[in-house]
Amino acid sequence: MFDYIFLVPLIPLLGFIFNGLLIGRVPRPLISLVGCLTVGVSFILSVFLFFALKSLPAEARFIEQVLFSWIPAGSFQVDVAFLLDPLSAVMILVVSGVGFLIHVYSVGYMHSDPGYGRYFAFLNLFTFSMLTLVLANNFLLMFVGWEGVGLCSYLLIGFWFEKKSASDAGKKAFIVNRIGDFGFLLGMFLIFWQVGSLHFDTVMKTAPLVFTAGGGLITAACILLFVGAIGKSAQIPLYVWLPDAMEGPTPVSALIHAATMVTAGVYMIARTHDLYLMAPDALMVVAVIGAATAFFAATIGLAQNDIKRVLAYSTVSQLGYMFLACGVASFAAGIFHLMTHAFFKALLFLGAGSVIHAMSAEQNMRKMGGLKKYLPITYPTMLVATLAIAGIPGFSGFFSKDEILWKSFSSHYGHPFLWVIGFVTAGLTAFYMFRLIYLTFHGQERMDDKTRHHLHESPRTMTVPLVILAVLSVVGGWVGMPHLFGVTNYFEHWMEPVMTPGYNASEGPLLASGGSDTGMEILLMVLSVGLVLAAIYAARYYYQKNIQAATALREKLSGLNKLLVNKYYVDEIYGAVIVRPVVYGSIFLWKVVDVVLIDGLANGLATIARDMAEVLRHMQSGQVRRYATLFVTGVLLVIAYFVFG
Amino acid sequence: MVIDWLTLVIFFPLVGVVLMLFIPAKYQDTIKGVSLIIAFLTMLISFGIYYMFDTLGNGMQFEINEAWIVSLGINYHLGIDGISLLLIVLTTVLTVLCILSSWNAITVNVKGYYISMLFLSTGMIGVFCALDLFLFYVFWEVMLIPMYFIIGVWGGPRKIYAAIKFVLFTMFGSLLMLVALLYIYFEYARFSGEYSFDLFKIMDMPLAFRPQLWLFGAFALAFAIKVPLFPFHTWLPDAHVQAPTAGSVILAGVLLKMGTYGFVRICLPLFPQATLAYLPYICILAVIAIIYGALVSMVQKDVKSLVAFSSVSHMGFVMLGMFALNVEGLEGSVIQMINHGISTGALFLIVGMIYERRHTRLIDDFGGLAKVMPAFSTFFMIVVLSSIGLPFTNGFVGEFLILLGTFKENITLAVFATSGVVLAACYMLWMYQRVIFGKVTRPENENLPDLTAREKLILVPLVLLIFWIGIYPKPLFDRIEPAVKQILVRIDRIRLAANGDVTENNKMTFTDESSVKEVVFDERGSE
Repeated sequence: MFDYIFLVPLIPLLGFIFNGLLIGRVPRPLISLVGCLTVGVSFILSVFLFFALKSLPAEARFIEQVLFSWIPAGSFQVDVAFLLDPLSAVMILVVSGVGFLIHVYSVGYMHSDPGYGRYFAFLNLFTFSMLTLVLANNFLLMFVGWEGVGLCSYLLIGFWFEKKSASDAGKKAFIVNRIGDFGFLLGMFLIFWQVGSLHFDTVMKTAPLVFTAGGGLITAACILLFVGAIGKSAQIPLYVWLPDAMEGPTPVSALIHAATMVTAGVYMIARTHDLYLMAPDALMVVAVIGAATAFFAATIGLAQNDIKRVLAYSTVSQLGYMFLACGVASFAAGIFHLMTHAFFKALLFLGAGSVIHAMSAEQNMRKMGGLKKYLPITYPTMLVATLAIAGIPGFSGFFSKDEILWKSFSSHYGHPFLWVIGFVTAGLTAFYMFRLIYLTFHGQERMDDKTRHHLHESPRTMTVPLVILAVLSVVGGWVGMPHLFGVTNYFEHWMEPVMTPGYNASEGPLLASGGSDTGMEILLMVLSVGLVLAAIYAARYYYQKNIQAATALREKLSGLNKLLVNKYYVDEIYGAVIVRPVVYGSIFLWKVVDVVLIDGLANGLATIARDMAEVLRHMQSGQVRRYATLFVTGVLLVIAYFVFG
Repeated sequence: MVIDWLTLVIFFPLVGVVLMLFIPAKYQDTIKGVSLIIAFLTMLISFGIYYMFDTLGNGMQFEINEAWIVSLGINYHLGIDGISLLLIVLTTVLTVLCILSSWNAITVNVKGYYISMLFLSTGMIGVFCALDLFLFYVFWEVMLIPMYFIIGVWGGPRKIYAAIKFVLFTMFGSLLMLVALLYIYFEYARFSGEYSFDLFKIMDMPLAFRPQLWLFGAFALAFAIKVPLFPFHTWLPDAHVQAPTAGSVILAGVLLKMGTYGFVRICLPLFPQATLAYLPYICILAVIAIIYGALVSMVQKDVKSLVAFSSVSHMGFVMLGMFALNVEGLEGSVIQMINHGISTGALFLIVGMIYERRHTRLIDDFGGLAKVMPAFSTFFMIVVLSSIGLPFTNGFVGEFLILLGTFKENITLAVFATSGVVLAACYMLWMYQRVIFGKVTRPENENLPDLTAREKLILVPLVLLIFWIGIYPKPLFDRIEPAVKQILVRIDRIRLAANGDVTENNKMTFTDESSVKEVVFDERGSE
């Protein structure tokens, strides 16, 4: 069975090659078939691999498959090789599973798009890249997938390339990601320089021998890698590309936000957590950035009116939670939230896509309202997802978020302050998500007649994935119930072989143990559920019952509202502080330094040479009398030299 | 009979030149056909050499050493190692593609043009094979002449200015090189009692530090102008913008590599102490070139000069990796020489293709080409990605190794150089967006024909190379590794002697004691 690991990423790649090479030459049904089937096969294979892995004893769940030597240069040796362990097994299930549903959904959503073949080719390439990323057994192959998803996001966000805003957004995504990659690259250099390898297992095993725990080098390496994660997973200060990524087709947003791409940073930290455990300072940075991003993005989410934009900021915010989990050394919790988030966020985006589809491409929630009765499948499924993201007990998001909140409080690396931020953010999340639900599905119908006339539920290819995801959004969390409930936390148990720290410092067990103070855990859980319910009630009050109150509140806080609507002006600040100076500086370098100074100097030398020649030319006049004069002058000078000198 | 493969591959293009002398100028198609066939056969010969090349062999292969000008001790000494091998193959492949690309672009004085192209390829291959410094110099200068004509006769509106500038810059450098060459020649005569320009013999001569500094300086200046290393690059944008497409491709693809090749083949082995002394300055200039080239590239209005400045940036990487003076850096540098030839060559070919359609290269004159020319846009995208070093394309392999090698020696320089990776994405994608994406705003662009079969035939091999080197570069590494190690062994010996102790660095390259001995033995063997 394990000989087929390489097929998991390879099959979607074949789909890409097929659809890519034959663009415009194959009928649509074949495009859809190849596009969906390749990812579907990949998913089935992942399921088999998962169970094959499960049948092994826990300590043997570590399978490597080496395909070929990629870059052999001196002592630098890197292979194209895959690693299947509990962590990557979960990831390939999520990526190919959710990815498959998004592919199927796309068949309906993109049915009339002229770029159908191109779309599916890119989607397959995206899946291939992400699967490579999670299956790689070394940093460099992971980087292939890492940049690969960056490329695919560039291509897919800018899919409607005739729209300038779309191609701008695609470019922005790629470049901001590259800034993160800059850190990732340096991190890899540092690790190779010290360890002499980029192979995960070797690095994790050797690191304790070459790095001093808590030392500057390991901290630097972890922070540099984290810079890469910040770029890819849209954290402060590099989150700016993700909200703009809305320019792409909606299923692409679902793919980027849920199953692939943005989760890569979280996965990378979980994959390299042995290093992070040696660098507590780096962990603290991860936790603080995660918590700050979670809160910051949630506040922006409060004031957005574009349905996709609200979801985009909620993604940034939820990713913040995942980093918060990683930062308090609760990596399994981070991956758990990654998984549940993949379900409900994919559902939310696909649901939003269904809404936009029904609304004739309108995305402004102020022009929606009362859609409940027109969208009998979209509404309940989206509601399930919203309950999940808000953290209502029983839904998947509750278990994962609760675990993170508890760990941020109780972990060795946790801090009550981190918990407070996470707690407040949970309230904000519930508020803005229910604001979305009430504005979209409840209350008055605010659309124009033409749009209302056109309202319809989406076709089966789109609604079936919604239903499946809705089921997952509920039950997906049941594998990771807290010990508190007196059941086994299967998820944590499954992750144990990976997450057992390979390194033990003298300080004792570094991995968060948790679960010691049951009374406290219950108290915190009740508090957060209470806050969430209050927030939902508030959203219902302002956006369903008493819209005037919302307007009044907005006017009362108009300064704050303006700040939030404009997303704290961060894009404008970046433009003024970074982009413009670089462009004008470059023009200066070109027009002044290059043309005037350097080339001027070179041409100046040429001019001097020519002018000197111009003077000396007169000596070669061909006039005998002038030659004689020069000759005599010369002789006189020589004589004078000998006489007087 | 033993076939002298190197002589064959060098002079085979001249067969075409001779043939063409007998074809009247009006038979243009025959002339094109003959030159294409000759270039193609030359390429096949170089493939044969690649195939026969022994990956396990240390030292020079296919070596031939005949007396040429006996009274002056000048020999016809040829030989290649893995580095020269790859550059020769690059040259012959690009020459074929260039001839194909010139098919419709060159309409005046067709015969002279193709003669120049073939003549040029002889000069270029010769430089990569020569092991006698005099012979090297001859080939070096010979290839200047056809290039001068290619820019000056078939170039753009300011072709004369550009051609003369190109020649003056290069000549200035090569005159200094000639002086240095003569100094070495006489110095060697004093040392050994015999006159010789032979690279390996001279390598055995101990040179004092001070003369080394002067000699390195003279050679380095000649090579740095060719590379071109900041601040000697200003001839490049002019030459590129004015040169016809094929001229630009050869210029960027091969001629610039002569500079870096010169450093590897002559400066590092002959003047190891001076190399170490100059190292910090060259590395700093290289990093400046990377960032400066990228920034200036970003604000260009003409696609071709954008690509020209991007060359400055890319060649900065090549120089930086070389002067990291470790296996990773130097191997990355050699691979990047090849990569730059492929990617930038492809970029110039692509720019040439839209120029032929629109007779403009200004970015503002385009926009929305994805709609009208989808195949063109796809090829362009792939080449752009290779140029910005996306993993699994060729550019990544070279850049990564260069930066890794640099990081091991100097973290600060590596950090600055790595920022070039971000900037490359900025200037390339911004340009691509303005040319390819958006709506078609100009009526002239509405009905542009997509790529013809001939144009696809030109680009497909390059795209295949991009992915081959990106995904499975092992065959290339197998060929260059012995050569690279041999160069580094000399430097490391000096380093050891200078430091007296074994530093971290030396340990890295001295891991294999036996290979060191082998190399030493080999150097004697080649005398």
